Order: sequence, then structure tokens, then C-alpha cells
Amino acid sequence: MRLDDPREEARRVLRLCNVCNYCNGYCELFRAAERHRIFSDGDLATLAHLCHNCRNCWQACQYAPPHPFAVNVPLVLAELRLLSQTELAWPRPIAHLGLLTLAVSLLPVLLVLLLVPGESLFAAHTGPGAFYRVIPWATMSLAAALPLGWSLLALGVGLVRFWRAGGGARGAEMRAACPEALRDAILLRNLDGGGVGCDDGNGLPSFWRKRFHHLVLGGFLLCLASTMVATLYHHWLGLEAPYPVLSLPVILGSLGGLGLIAGSLGLLALKQGADPAPIAPAAVQSGRLLLGQLVAMAASGLVLLALRDSPAMGILLALHLGTVIGFFVALPHGKFAHAPYRAAALLRAALERRNDER
Amino acid sequence: MTPPVPPSPDLPVGAVVVIGGGTAALCAAIAARRAGASVILLDRAPPENRGGNTRHSRNLRIMHCAPSPLFPGSYDEADFHADLTKAAEGAGDEALGRLLIRRSAAVPDWLAAQGVAFQTIACGGLPWSRKTAFFLGGGTAMINTLYATATRLGIDIRHRSHVIGLSRDGAVTLADGAGGTRTVRARAVVVASGGYQANPVWLAEQWGDDAAELIVRGTPFAAGEPLRALFDLGAASVGTPGACHLVAVDGRLTEADGGIVTRVDGLDLGIAIDRDGKRFEDETTITGPTRYAQWGRRVAALPGRIAHAVWDADAVDRVPPAIVEPIRVESLEALAAFLAVPIADLAASAADSGRVTRAPFFTVPIRPGLTFTCYGVRIDDHSRVLTPDGEPLGCLFAAGMIMAPNVIGTGYLAGAALTIGAVFGRIAGEEAAEHALG
Ligand SMILES: Cc1cc2nc3c(=O)[nH]c(=O)nc-3n(C[C@H](O)[C@H](O)[C@H](O)COP(=O)(O)OP(=O)(O)OC[C@H]3O[C@@H](n4cnc5c(N)ncnc54)[C@H](O)[C@@H]3O)c2cc1C
Repeated sequence: MRLDDPREEARRVLRLCNVCNYCNGYCELFRAAERHRIFSDGDLATLAHLCHNCRNCWQACQYAPPHPFAVNVPLVLAELRLLSQTELAWPRPIAHLGLLTLAVSLLPVLLVLLLVPGESLFAAHTGPGAFYRVIPWATMSLAAALPLGWSLLALGVGLVRFWRAGGGARGAEMRAACPEALRDAILLRNLDGGGVGCDDGNGLPSFWRKRFHHLVLGGFLLCLASTMVATLYHHWLGLEAPYPVLSLPVILGSLGGLGLIAGSLGLLALKQGADPAPIAPAAVQSGRLLLGQLVAMAASGLVLLALRDSPAMGILLALHLGTVIGFFVALPHGKFAHAPYRAAALLRAALERRNDER
Repeated sequence: MTPPVPPSPDLPVGAVVVIGGGTAALCAAIAARRAGASVILLDRAPPENRGGNTRHSRNLRIMHCAPSPLFPGSYDEADFHADLTKAAEGAGDEALGRLLIRRSAAVPDWLAAQGVAFQTIACGGLPWSRKTAFFLGGGTAMINTLYATATRLGIDIRHRSHVIGLSRDGAVTLADGAGGTRTVRARAVVVASGGYQANPVWLAEQWGDDAAELIVRGTPFAAGEPLRALFDLGAASVGTPGACHLVAVDGRLTEADGGIVTRVDGLDLGIAIDRDGKRFEDETTITGPTRYAQWGRRVAALPGRIAHAVWDADAVDRVPPAIVEPIRVESLEALAAFLAVPIADLAASAADSGRVTRAPFFTVPIRPGLTFTCYGVRIDDHSRVLTPDGEPLGCLFAAGMIMAPNVIGTGYLAGAALTIGAVFGRIAGEEAAEHALG
């Protein structure tokens, strides 16, 4: 009974879910779907991003295959997320994201090998400004800021389109719902599985997925904070990197990097053992790409920290810079985009909850 | 001449054999195992279809004295007793009813101890319900958890085990799928195989040849062979042959296991006509939570056991969404042709109601959907199967729908069936273990 078009299939399935309702204790998706009698494309995109892919509903479904109704909510919503992210991508989706990010990540290494004289590249630089003797500060900043700016613009365009398609909302209303949405996003409440955790594929729910996801999210935010503090140090305090091991940027960055690595590896391991039925292969691929990028970024950063006084620093710096730029380039086109879209979907759900209460 | 079928080697000896794979069977198996018995669970269904009718269920009725995370109010013994007595219409056994009610209070904690999760009010999404507790994710989630727990406890779970015969001393006969049989021997047997709603031949005894027109809403594996075997061994009966719980379902969805999403709703917004195009009921008077069952009974009594819902263009948007859209026709004439009913009768039905006026029109065929049968074996307060003289029938115990009429007759009380399965399943399991080990 499964339909080929993911949107039509999602309509069929969510319609059935709305009649059944048994899963509405698991997460916000089912409670939000119940508000719709018909599903516009924008509604579907929003609902798809409310799904945190915990898969409890798949395990619990009395209509899962081999039942002829063939209900598979996580699968169709994963397909829908991919579809809507492709459609929202601005200016247009990128075909071979994996290859592109790999190339971008390795490009700085190639460039330093070609452009930086060997005696400087392979010398041990120490003291303030050591990094910038290999790659000048302006070059480094520009190489990171340009793709980041472009990607943030692209992400912003996608996000505005997403929000409008989901129904838009006025400012005051939106601001009022923000704290709740932020709480749901940061606490990952929809990975609670209604209080029991999520299914890891062996029929037994646990909180591991949520923990690992929190490690990734926390690690990412710490790294972001580290970069911001370092920028302040550079501009306001006139302190140049590398910073001492016990400085704020290094501590934040190291903790963040460890969180990213632990969380990403954990999530990758969970993917390994997962039941393939409720999973869209393309979504797994883009998930792996992002997690791989995060690990590469964090690991190269930590190795750079460890070996920054050695002659390997130049190459490691270029590599770390490359992974960061690769990450920035992929931002709006890869799995990372789920973060802002999910946050927007949670905001929409919070808005609608508030409307229900009135 | 066909060669004689060689005897299959016997399966290993288990202390307690449990027959079934729904709430009652799993609760019995887990309780027996926890009481120290070795347990074999024999379920006819393949693993992907396990869980019997229970996989379609959601909530169970629980006595409780104070509001809690599961209940917004209290529901005491007197309240529950009043509801049960009313539903059973005097046909229930008073002592077993009291036992059910009192033991129900411990069910949420006991199930939680087996890992089962309930949907708390704080989760959101629940209808207001003072009397029943809801499984988080519904019956299938609960069943999955109980199977995981049973496996962890070392219960020997055998799917595709079709029980076709029993003996008083614990020999259980299985069809081997190739026309032969095998036997499992136990010191005690708990029969928890549900009703016989998926057995049109047996149903035909009361329902006639068109018993097959009744759509089985739940498991297709409940054909009642173990129940028949108990009767053959001399078990006393309770309930009424052929009595069953019926609801109105979409006649286009005829396969078993349709569960709760095939019900037809919103009839009060349009009209219901029989196969001749005539109305048979004031549709607006059939409302409230029992409306599906009221319609189910009425449609089952109609010629051909079929009716058609008809809504007009103004009403159709207010009809609660269903999983399949109603069929759209552009005029009453076209509808009459589509349903093969006389246009004059259809037009009169539409006009009389005053609710079916503006084209286009929308229609859904309605059939009786069969939830479970209400005919089973008599038990005592140890869940032992009894003979008509009140003597225990060998080492045989029963739990679940197969003994539900002991407490509820042929009546229906939302959430009571699961409670019966959980309460008597646990009693039967513990008692069977004691019988087997003692
Ligand atoms: C759609 C639907 C929704 C329902 N919702 C609720 C609800 O919310 N609350 C409620 O209280 N009740 C509900 N019920 C009623 C339901 O029948 C009971 O709640 C309960 O599931 C019955 O439990 P049981 O263990 O007695 O039988 P079942 O769950 O039906 O289990 C019977 C088992 O016996 C096995 N079996 C049958 N014959 C054989 C054989 N010959 N050999 C081996 N194994 C055999 C079957 O495979 C099955 O596993 C619902 C029923 C339906 C159809």
C-alpha cells in the first residue's frame, strides 16, 4: 500500500496515525499532526522535522509491515526531510556533497604545501602569532568567514522559506513561543520517547541516543564559544593565538572537541546496530557525512593542540582549517540543516500549543 | 495409498505450557516463570504477527483510590463494581468480579515491573479518562516489552505453534503444518488463546453461512481450537455461543487485523441505509462512546449484513477523518445506481432525514466488525477450568478472553478485557506453577 511519492505517502500515513493516535505519548510529532485534517506541503515539512527519529513509533506500530497498511512513520518522514531540505536549498542543492567537502577540506593542505616555503612550513613556531607565521591571520579569517557567511545566508533563505511554507507567524506571537521551543531544542525532549528513551534497534529503549546527541550538541556549542572567545581575545585584548593550555578558548575548545568526538562516534555506533527498516539510506549517508566531518574537525583540532609546538604544526593547522571550511561549505546542504529546521518546527509546535490553550 | 505419517519426536518436557500470545498468555507465562516453573509459550502466530488482539488494544480498566500520574481522578471498588454489574447484565460471577476489581489495582505496578510503560497525563495527548490507564504506544508496545521480558526470563517462546488438542493431564497436541501432529507434555497448562472470532465455520453455527461477512478486527489466528478442545474434555461453558462484540467498520477494509482505524464514524451527520436504500434507525440518536458498537449490532442484523453511510456536501467535512476517503458521487441518481438501490427509496431516505440534500454525495459501505466472541470456559478463583459439577478439569487453567464471560457475561466494558487478561493471566500463571511444582 506504500505510495512512491513521499509526500503522498506521508499524507496517507499521518492520516492513519491521526485516526489511531496510539503513539501520541511518544513525541510532539503525533500531537502536532492531530491538529491537521489536511496536510499542506509546508505542514508536512514542519511535521517531518518534528520527528527526531527515535523510532519508538515504528516498534509500537500495529500497522507496520507485513500489515497491508504498511505504516512506517520514521522512514517516510526521513525521506520527506531529505526532500524538503533539497527543495529548500538555496541557491540550489549540491550533488556530490561528500566529495566536495573532502576536496575543500584537503585544499588548504595542498595550498600550504605549494605556497608556503618548506623551511617555514616545517619549522617549529612558538609564541603568540605562531599560527599566523604559516597562514597569515587575514588569509585564515577570510578563508573561513567567506564560506561561513555564504552558508549562513543560504541557510537563512531556506529557513525563511521553510517558516513561510509552514504558515508563518507574527513577531510577538513568535517571541512568546521562543523560550518553550528553545527548551525543547536544547533538552531534546522529543528524544525522550515519552519517558522510556528511544529504540536502538534491539527492541529495548534506552537514553543513549539522546545522550550522544547531547554530547554532539554540547560539544558543538562549546567549540562555537571557544571560537568566539578567541575572537574577543584577538580583537579586544590583542592576544594572539596560540593560547596557553589553561586559557578559556583552549579549555572550551578541548572539551567541545572531546564531546563532538564521543557523541559522534556514539551516534555512528548506534547507526551500525540499527534496524534498517525505518531508516532512509540517504539520510544515514548524510548523517554519517556530518558526524565524520565533526570528528575530523574535532580530532584535527585536538591533534593540532597537542603538536602545536612541533614542526607538524603547519600541516595540521592547514588540515584543521580545511575541515572547518569543509564543514562551513556543507552547512546548508547536508545533515546540519536539520538543526535550524528542527528548531523552527519546534517553534511552530510551541506556537500551536499556545493557540490550543487559548 | 499414502504412507503413514511417522510420529514426530516429542518436544521437551516443560513444567508449565501456556497457549496463546496476547496479554493473558504473556502475563501467565511471566508469572509462572517468576514463581519458579520452567515455561513454554505456544503461539500460533508467526513472530511478525504476534500479540493476538492485544496488539490492537490501548487501555485497561483499573481500580484506584486516588489521582496519580496515570489517572486524573479516583475509581474505587464500588464504582468499578457498578460499571461491571451493569455491563454484565447480571451474567457475571460476583466473587470473580470482585476478584478482578481488587486485583486490577496491582496491575499497573506489576506490568511496570515487567518493563511495561504507561502514558502519563503529563505526556499529553490523552483523552480524559478516570477509569482506564493507557499503554505508552499502545498494545503492541506493551506486547513487545512483555516478549522481551519473557525472553530474558528464559521462557521458551515458540511461534507458529498451532494447538489443536488438549488432555486433562497436560498433553498438548500441535498441528505440525504437514498434516501430522506433535505433542508437548506439561504438568500444568494455561489456555489463553482468546476467543474463536476468526473461525467462520464455528460462527456459522449461530450466524449462518454468511458468518464470513463479519470482518475480523483483530488477530486472524483466534480460531478457538483450544476452546473447542476444553469443551470436548468436559469443561463447563460460560457466555453464549455466537455472542460477540461487534462494531461498525468500513466494508472496503475486509482483511483481519484492521484494528481500531477501520471504524466508521459520523453517521449522525448523514444517513445509514440498508441494501434496499431504506433507513433503519434515527441516526442522530446513536451517539457517545458506544456508537460504534450500537451500529455494529444493527448492521449485523440487517439483510446481507451490510449498510451504507451517506453524507452530503455540507456534512462531509465535519465527518471525523477516516483512513480511506468516502466514495464520491455527483448526484442521488448516480448514488442509487452505484449502490444498486431504487432511486425512489434512496430519495425518500435522504428527504426524510433532512440531512442529505446538497450534491455531491459521499458514501462508505458499513459491515459489522467482529472484535471477540463471548463464549468460554468456567473457571474458579484459581483460574482452574471447571467441569459442570464445579470440579477442576485436570491440570488445565484458563485466562483472558477465553474465560472473560465468567465476569462480564456477553457484555462489554471498555478496558475490561485487558484487565481480565492481566489479572487472570497472572493468577493462572502463579497457580499453574504451584500446581506444577507442588
Ligand atoms: C481492535 C481491537 C482493540 C481492542 N482494544 C482493547 C482495549 O483498548 N482494551 C481492552 O481491554 N480490550 C481491547 N480489545 C479486546 C481484546 O480482545 C482484549 O483486550 C485482549 O487483547 C484479549 O487478550 P487475550 O490474551 O485473552 O487474547 P489475544 O490477545 O487475542 O490473544 C490470543 C492469542 O492466542 C493465540 N492463539 C489462538 N489460537 C491458538 C492456537 N490454536 N494455538 C496457539 N495459539 C493460539 C493467538 O495467536 C493470540 O496470540 C480490543 C480488541 C480489538 C480487536
